[in-house]
Amino acid sequence: MRRNQVAVVGAAETTELGVIPNTSQIQLHADAALNAIADAGLKLSDIDGFATAVETPQQVAHYLGITPTWVDGTSVGGCSFMLHVRHAAAAIEAGLCKTVLITHAESGKSNIGRTPRMVGPDSLNGQFELPYGVTTPASMFPIPVLRYMKTHGITHEQIAMVAVVQREWAAKNPRATMKTPITVADVLNSRMIAYPFRILQCCLVTDGGGALILTSADRAGDFPNKPVYILGTGESVETPMVSQMQTFDSSRAFKVAGPLAFKEAGITHKDVDHLMIYDAFAHLPLYGLGDLGFMPHEETGKFIASGHTRPGGKLPLNTNGGGLSYMHSGMYGMYALQESVRQMRGIAPAQVPGAKISVCHGVGGMFAASGTIIFTNER
Amino acid sequence: MAEPARAKPKPTPETQHFWDGTQANELRLQRCDACANVYFPPRPFCPSCASRKVSVFKASGTGRLYSYVIHHRPAPGFTPPYAIAVVELDEGPRMMTNIVECPQTPEALELDMKLEVAFEKLDDKITLPLFRPAKG
Repeated sequence: MRRNQVAVVGAAETTELGVIPNTSQIQLHADAALNAIADAGLKLSDIDGFATAVETPQQVAHYLGITPTWVDGTSVGGCSFMLHVRHAAAAIEAGLCKTVLITHAESGKSNIGRTPRMVGPDSLNGQFELPYGVTTPASMFPIPVLRYMKTHGITHEQIAMVAVVQREWAAKNPRATMKTPITVADVLNSRMIAYPFRILQCCLVTDGGGALILTSADRAGDFPNKPVYILGTGESVETPMVSQMQTFDSSRAFKVAGPLAFKEAGITHKDVDHLMIYDAFAHLPLYGLGDLGFMPHEETGKFIASGHTRPGGKLPLNTNGGGLSYMHSGMYGMYALQESVRQMRGIAPAQVPGAKISVCHGVGGMFAASGTIIFTNER
Repeated sequence: MAEPARAKPKPTPETQHFWDGTQANELRLQRCDACANVYFPPRPFCPSCASRKVSVFKASGTGRLYSYVIHHRPAPGFTPPYAIAVVELDEGPRMMTNIVECPQTPEALELDMKLEVAFEKLDDKITLPLFRPAKG
């Protein structure tokens, strides 16, 4: 895909984040969509392309009153929205539609009007994983981490620092769910969920949503907010069964999507001013730093423990507080994208001064899928 | 009503040989006749070279502990804390399992420890392949 041909011209989250007991999941979609439309200075009737995940596009498009000429219902977990951005950029460039709305919402905490996620007993997951007592993502996502730690020489304290540093970012963000500072000792003494991970190394469970509006970069000057251009994109999938990953030492889906995006963007790692790596659990930023090629996996733990990703560090990472401290409604990728857009617009609560390039990397399922979007505010 | 039981697999035509195997206390894998790739989970073709000429064979039932979590939250049919593990079989493929006849602690569950299959009969149709520390 050609660089900087498509721009984000509208971006917004739901009016509230956290616990929203008075709103159903589909209305959270609508709330986010209406906020993004207002942010872009558009009307719903201007939207001719629509993408969403979990819910079908027809459900949400009809609820909103949209008649699209292009739809994308890619639903590969929390990074679905990165894939939507990539697909939307290609569709806009190909002339299939002009103005794309992408929505996410989840009543993850309050569970109002939530779409159930079922695993059948005759599916491969149902036959070869479910019988061994896997339940929530917390029982599955950390399964690779002990092997990762042994292979790469990563310590429990280093992984605990992921949560500590992200809480430092969250403290700067009025909309973050958890803002109280924590220490490595706090993390390592918090309630055990799935050894080696404790509750402070697991994502929050909240309600919320977000929406993005994309259009051709040539039109981007006509909108009220600073356009944010799509510089590079990548995507891949591996396996819905965490036990069947090629290796636990890295993520194949990350290693495909990340480098694709860097190649398309034509940038090196030194060019990156701001980085988001979807952190459903505390090991994900380590996998991301290694698999996206920022450094060898052996150095990821030390890099974070040395403070290079904290406020004022050389590689600001997960600057909204991440899924660990900002919010996590179930599919966090949308919120990572929102933070990258805020950073590129220069309006983030914990703004990285002068940031020009933002890398936003998402995971879907338990390392099942991946999407990477590289944004810039310069064309 | 009895206590909620653990989730029970339901075989499909492509996986039936595996579950017939565990019923007979055999761990059955598939090997590609064309490229000799051994793979799991079951399917009637080789995911490496796409050949449909594949054979079912009885695996050694031994392997090593590749990784695990010790889950501390409730799950139907389990008493927390319990380990959810991935075993790497000597033939190469990995599979999810539980480790039995072993304390469910980080001290007892050492990565790369040798394991052997221990069949657990759930009912007349389904026997699960669990693993225990290898003897000797």
